[in-house]
Amino acid sequence: MKFDRRQLFRTATGALAYASSASLLKTARLHAEEPIRVGNILDKTGGLNIYSLKQIVGVAMAVDEINAAGGLLGRPLELHFYDSQSDNQFNSQYATQALAQDQVKVIHGGITSSSREVMRPVVRKFGGLLFYNSLYEGGVCDKRHVSTGMVPAQQLEPLVDYVVKEQGKKKGYILAADYNYGQITSKWMQKMIREAGGEDMAVEFFALDVNNFAPVIAKIQAAKPDVVWSVLVGGAHIAFYRQFEATIGKKNMMLASTTYGVGREQTELSAQEGDGIIIGTSFVDSLPTAEAKAFVDKFHKYAGNNEYVGEYGEYGYRGVSLWAEAVKKAKSAEPDDVIAALDGVSVNGGGGKYTIDGKTNHTTMDIHIVKGNATQTFDVIKSFPQRPPKDTQLVCDLVKNPDDTTQYEPKI
Amino acid sequence: MQLLANYVYLIGYSFAIFVLISLGLAVIFGMMRVINLAQGEFIMLGAYVCVEATKAGMPLWLAIIVAGLAVGAFGIVVERLIIRFLYGRILDTLLATWGLSLFLVGGVTILYGPQSESVGATLGNFQIGDISYSRYSLVVIIVAVVLLVGTYAFWRFTRFGLIVRGTMQNAGMAAAMGINTGLVYMLTFGFGAALAGLAGGVLVPIVGASPQLGVSYIAKAFITVIAGGPLPLLGTSAASALFGTIDGIVSYKSSTVVSEVAVLLIAIVLLRLLPLGITGRLRRGL
Repeated sequence: MKFDRRQLFRTATGALAYASSASLLKTARLHAEEPIRVGNILDKTGGLNIYSLKQIVGVAMAVDEINAAGGLLGRPLELHFYDSQSDNQFNSQYATQALAQDQVKVIHGGITSSSREVMRPVVRKFGGLLFYNSLYEGGVCDKRHVSTGMVPAQQLEPLVDYVVKEQGKKKGYILAADYNYGQITSKWMQKMIREAGGEDMAVEFFALDVNNFAPVIAKIQAAKPDVVWSVLVGGAHIAFYRQFEATIGKKNMMLASTTYGVGREQTELSAQEGDGIIIGTSFVDSLPTAEAKAFVDKFHKYAGNNEYVGEYGEYGYRGVSLWAEAVKKAKSAEPDDVIAALDGVSVNGGGGKYTIDGKTNHTTMDIHIVKGNATQTFDVIKSFPQRPPKDTQLVCDLVKNPDDTTQYEPKI
Repeated sequence: MQLLANYVYLIGYSFAIFVLISLGLAVIFGMMRVINLAQGEFIMLGAYVCVEATKAGMPLWLAIIVAGLAVGAFGIVVERLIIRFLYGRILDTLLATWGLSLFLVGGVTILYGPQSESVGATLGNFQIGDISYSRYSLVVIIVAVVLLVGTYAFWRFTRFGLIVRGTMQNAGMAAAMGINTGLVYMLTFGFGAALAGLAGGVLVPIVGASPQLGVSYIAKAFITVIAGGPLPLLGTSAASALFGTIDGIVSYKSSTVVSEVAVLLIAIVLLRLLPLGITGRLRRGL
């Protein structure tokens, strides 16, 4: 068959008309049940997947639950999962695909601060909405970004108070992961330790693939701090907790962390290696509340196993629940309508009550100081009800400056 | 005294790790000239075999040996199925072993899940002055030295070692002398794989087994062997000693980040001054 230009044009027009009429028909007929698409971008594989595996289940569970109850605004949710493979390049690629091609109304996901920072500009460009369900260093002021996890004023401040003031462990040695989360959190740590009357002896950074901690353990012993603060991140860094216990030992030196436990580290370490470490958290499976127990039971039933769930599994469920509540309040799933409705949205979850603060798009929640025990879980030492994201509130006001997109950093 | 002990320990430990991760590659790449990008995954497999064997109730030392044997056997299978068709075709070997590496990472992820697993090494610690060190890291150093010396002695003083060296030098001539060179290649590759498996088994109590484990070692292993130059064993030990010393001192004086940079920098300078590697000027040896 010969194609001249005119014929090609005619065929193309016909094909286009056919394609669009079909899609028109489909839209018209199914509009009532047209699903609301929800994107979830997390690391199912790669070195940082310890944080994502349970969260992927948590997000799916929340979506299934909403669908079983009849969906949102009469429409079912359709979950699109993308494996970012612990590689930021995939975060930006999949965020673009989710928003531009798959037309999702919200993206839940991003684990590391660096993955969040590559997705934020993409979300902004397409006018989308990002729920970042992860604890982080605080300070992101962006109306298209909602943080449902802990920030330093919530998690770190009571932790530092407990360790430095109550336990009298004044001299601290800080070990942090070498990217924006570790860099900024260690600054917060130095600031808060000094304000609590302690001393930050040294800060040391480690690339995410480092798994030999012998040199720094020797240095720590020479420096003789009262407490070692760990802001270590990812699968390779778990080796630190093994090597610390094999040399110094927590019975000789206190070990406190902002990140331990959220990657379910204690389930990969022996009971002895996890026993005694102090952390700040908004959810551990062993919280002595009916809500926590009900959540863990539900999660176990959904996942079909009895594994430890942990903070990040709960974050996935928490993020979707808060977003769904905002959609109900806005009576629309369009990102801009949901953003306008965010302030004051509140749900009760496994870790108690979570409320979004519309000034910062951060979340107020209960915080607990807990201690690792010999049964590979945690004992609650102290609880702090309803702590607001104070650090970010001090610098961010999205009501006044809705076009702000800065991430503010602490000054020390 | 305290400081000296510290440096001796850190340098020894760092040296041991360089030796462990690159010895198998010294055999496979250094002697056989096979660019095996799956070498890191052989280490990873060794780590998993060791975890499985201890779970089955074996003591750790036995599990480490089992890891070496199992990965050695796996290496022989790989050689028969893939490598033997590609001798002399460097680019093809590179692609094939890279594919194998991806396949192994994916396969282990499917089989075990992506999380890390480990075995406890409950040897406790010992004190020098008021600094305590892990006893297990002494085991690591000893194993590394034993493997290095053992491999050298095996190649240098046994009849099999002589045949292997002859075959690597001139396969045609060796064949003409009545040696089954295919068999020699197969066993040598298996030997290199077994060394990687042993390394994985020895390292697992410290670093844990995860599918990504090999990825973090492969670059370091190649740098060490390449910097070592044409005499694989001597070169690899010399390069390990050099890098281990730099890593041990700089990581204590400054930080781990700086020490990694320092090691790479030294490697670059070294290869600029001695393009053939540390042993490039030596005429004989192993």
